[in-house]
Amino acid sequence: MTQLEIKREAVRRPFNRRRKACPFSGPNAPKIDYKDTKLLARYTSERGKIVPSRISAVSAKKQRELATAIKRSRFLALMPYVTV
Amino acid sequence: MRLYESVFIARQDITTAQVETLADELAEIITSAGGSIKKREYWGLRALAYRIKKNRKGHYVMFNMETGPEALKEYERIMGLNEDVLRFLNIRIEEVLDGSSIMLQAKTERSQRGGRDDYDGSDRSTSNVTAPNNIIDEKIEG
Repeated sequence: MTQLEIKREAVRRPFNRRRKACPFSGPNAPKIDYKDTKLLARYTSERGKIVPSRISAVSAKKQRELATAIKRSRFLALMPYVTV
Repeated sequence: MRLYESVFIARQDITTAQVETLADELAEIITSAGGSIKKREYWGLRALAYRIKKNRKGHYVMFNMETGPEALKEYERIMGLNEDVLRFLNIRIEEVLDGSSIMLQAKTERSQRGGRDDYDGSDRSTSNVTAPNNIIDEKIEG
């Protein structure tokens, strides 16, 4: 009973949400590769912008790696710089 | 000698055979200088995400190679001069991975699945949408 109440409150308040783990850390995490556009597309917005790590929960180290991969991918026209 | 990964995009108007000879010529620069090509992949005629020199499509070729700096420099110079090469990217890699790269894997997967292609290329509109995008949308609306 009490547990249920706590859960509901946590949903309502966005502040003490549990921190999501980095999707690229851990044992069977995907490798960041500029050729893997399907994976990279998940970390870009509809317009093609790179999603900030505070939203995607990617660790700082992996976010740097991810940014480089996305930029390489853009340079080779595998991903767009902008989508209008 | 170091390991490099090289990708170049050739003009859309040239034939596959011409791409192959071009790739052979470029590979020759590396091998004649004592380097070696560890892996060679042709990704096919792919649509470019944006236009490059008025081209909407391009032939993608990837090499994984072991070479020294002089040969690589010459290789880059030749590619820069060649008008059939729209763009190239050479990066250093730590190791040559076994098997074909993700590009070719995705290709074979698609042909195997056959008929259920509506999923491809439009990740965002399907159930494949992940949390990051959803959150962003909320933020914009808010």
